[in-house]
Amino acid sequence: MDTQTTATLEAIYDKCAANEDNIITVLQEIQKEFGYIQEEVVHWFSERSNIPASKYYGVVTFYSQFHQHPRGKNIVTVCCGTVCHVKGAPRIIAKVREDLKLGEDQVTTKDMQFTLERVNCVGACSIAPVVLVNEKVLGKVTPSKMVKSLKEHKG
Amino acid sequence: MNSEIVVSVCMGTGGIAAGGDMVMKAFQEEFAEAGVANATVVEHSRLHKVGCRGFCARDVLVDISVNGIVSTYQYIQPDMVKRLVSDHCIGARPVSEWLVGDDYHTFHDNQTKIVLGDLGKIDPESIDEYIRVDGYKAAEKVLTTMTPAEVIETVKKSGLRGRGGGGFPTGVKWGFCAANDSDQYYIICNADEGDPGAFMDRSVVEGNPHAMIEGMIIGAYAIGATVGYVYIRAEYPLAVDRLHLALKEAKEKGFLGEKLFGTDFNLKIKVKLGAGAFVCGEETALIASIEGERGMPRAKPPFPANKGLWGKPTIINNVETFANLPHILNKGADWYAAIGSAKSKGTKVIALTGKIRNTGLIEIPMGMPLKEIIFNIGGGIEGDKLFKAVQTGGPSGGCIPQQHIDLPVDYEGLASVGSMMGSGGMVVLDETDCMVNISKFFLEFTQSESCGKCVPCRLGTKRLLEILTRITEGEGKEGDIELLQELAEDVRDSSLCGLGMSAPNPVLSTIKYFRHEYEAHIKQKKCPAKVCNKLLTFFIRQDMCVGCGMCMRACSVNAISGEKKQPHKIDNSLCIQCGSCFDACKFSAVLKE
Ligand SMILES: Cc1cc2nc3c(=O)[nH]c(=O)nc-3n(C[C@H](O)[C@H](O)[C@H](O)COP(=O)(O)O)c2cc1C
Ligand code: FES
Repeated sequence: MDTQTTATLEAIYDKCAANEDNIITVLQEIQKEFGYIQEEVVHWFSERSNIPASKYYGVVTFYSQFHQHPRGKNIVTVCCGTVCHVKGAPRIIAKVREDLKLGEDQVTTKDMQFTLERVNCVGACSIAPVVLVNEKVLGKVTPSKMVKSLKEHKG
Repeated sequence: MNSEIVVSVCMGTGGIAAGGDMVMKAFQEEFAEAGVANATVVEHSRLHKVGCRGFCARDVLVDISVNGIVSTYQYIQPDMVKRLVSDHCIGARPVSEWLVGDDYHTFHDNQTKIVLGDLGKIDPESIDEYIRVDGYKAAEKVLTTMTPAEVIETVKKSGLRGRGGGGFPTGVKWGFCAANDSDQYYIICNADEGDPGAFMDRSVVEGNPHAMIEGMIIGAYAIGATVGYVYIRAEYPLAVDRLHLALKEAKEKGFLGEKLFGTDFNLKIKVKLGAGAFVCGEETALIASIEGERGMPRAKPPFPANKGLWGKPTIINNVETFANLPHILNKGADWYAAIGSAKSKGTKVIALTGKIRNTGLIEIPMGMPLKEIIFNIGGGIEGDKLFKAVQTGGPSGGCIPQQHIDLPVDYEGLASVGSMMGSGGMVVLDETDCMVNISKFFLEFTQSESCGKCVPCRLGTKRLLEILTRITEGEGKEGDIELLQELAEDVRDSSLCGLGMSAPNPVLSTIKYFRHEYEAHIKQKKCPAKVCNKLLTFFIRQDMCVGCGMCMRACSVNAISGEKKQPHKIDNSLCIQCGSCFDACKFSAVLKE
């Protein structure tokens, strides 16, 4: 691990220790910094805090917010809540998979440009189906509107 | 002329998605420009960031008030702002063709707004605006003139019940908690709102966060808590930001922190972000999550009111429950108890969505018949489709068919037909929705959100889902319906927490009211609503096809062939029924049966 990473981790550790934050908050901070939870980071924290790594992994694997793999440059989050489902979210997902050529269990494109994620209701049901592209909310999405938006983000 | 002009732009998540921030910017620019000609207009114009007012389907909604006379416009886009400013704000001639229609008024006039009353009227990012509408008056009155026991008595008498799903009487729960002898008590606001079709708590936090905070202060005083938590979904970034700001402002005003309102009462409120687990909405799981553990529920009793966070007596209430409290304490228990039905008092905020004309956030007195909600407030079914069912209570609830359309919407009414109030999501379904598919959708949700601690829920939901998947794919067998029922009842009766206990509701209620649809899938291998692709045959209407080739390009298995500008054909032996051609065709030439 390089010195800069260690310094960043040390800063997160100090901040969280000062606030008496719990493991969930620590991991949220790590993810905010690095984009995902790396194995070596977990082990670093485990040693620094004297808490077994298994405890961290228990939390990481429980909550869907935590990612254990690097994610693409653009995050496409399709809402799969009830309303979005009845208004066509499955067709949007199928279209994204097709357009980005994602295999069955694959969520990130090979070139690391896109990651496809699902969320359960972002609370904008009245404009369902809803897709978030890098936090920007798109409403009343159709398969063709989806493809257009993906195109805008392709480099 | 010294006219006062106020422009309010809807800036909830829905409003922002529809371009609210662009509209707002356009107004600012337009006023700046027009200011050269008519400086007074600019001086008195204020742009409010109002929270959600519920009618999200018409976003961007804009209110223009000139000298107190308010006109509401719908579907406003940035390029329309120029004319609004020149004609309405400066010229005093409202642009009639962009004004909201009659249905905007039927949508609002049939509601009773308590919790949503100030939403859309006040700026949620300014505590002074909340104070202007009597904000923090109730908290002040409670802390300076009432004893904790009197507060609990008032809440009991009001008949307020928990809005988070269970419907447990709030005052009674507080009484249980206060009866413990402890050195520390905690108060928690449940803003996890994981139900996949609900956004009322989000709207309250985004649109009027101080109401919820004031409710927490009242609750904290009643039970003697000096530390509070708000557990809120990380998926609601705007709500989280506004909550942080509101807490900061409240602290600056001396409404939080030490010696509140000059009394000896102290209260500190912290924010905890959820990490994306539905089960953490369950109170014991939520407590585990605040403690930094995996969010797994535990058996009750002991109830959190006796043994909660860090083992101390803890009260957990929902956002909406808290937001009701300032009104109850201001206007009195009798006033509140006079609203609603015999056993369910007050109002309920409902997220009315699905295949309905006026989707959005509404607030109704408890006991209003379903029919009135759907056809008066909701304006009926979207398009010219037929009503089929309404799903209430999210993954814990059920589907209610046409025959129960007169049902009063309160805790007892919904439970009597095998559904529940839940958090107040209401998804209207029409004839194009397949009930087996809906039931499978909810089971997919509960199965993936099951925490895995207890076997009936972990394995039972999985088996239920497998059977439902089989049925929607044309592999249903004789006896599957009975198997589903038996299994569903076992999961319901033997699960540890509310997630497992209620997970079978969607299955049981759809079998009860829509058994014929299950039978059609199993026996005739047909999906009457034409949703389950595996049971459909796709073909191209030769008289409608213009030979554009869109379907051919969309087909991933090369099952479509045809010459340019000639009608195309689908080879059904190759077709995998993915439906891509159906979506791709712009001429409605692809049919499914
Ligand atoms: C699986 C499950 C999920 C829940 N999700 C929520 C939720 O998102 N928000 C909420 O307020 N209550 C939720 N509840 C209910 C809480 O356990 C608890 O009863 C409620 O927060 C109490 O507040 P109230 O009395 O004000 O309703 C959930 C319960 C279960 C079993
Ligand atoms: S279901 Fe997608 S935003 Fe609510």
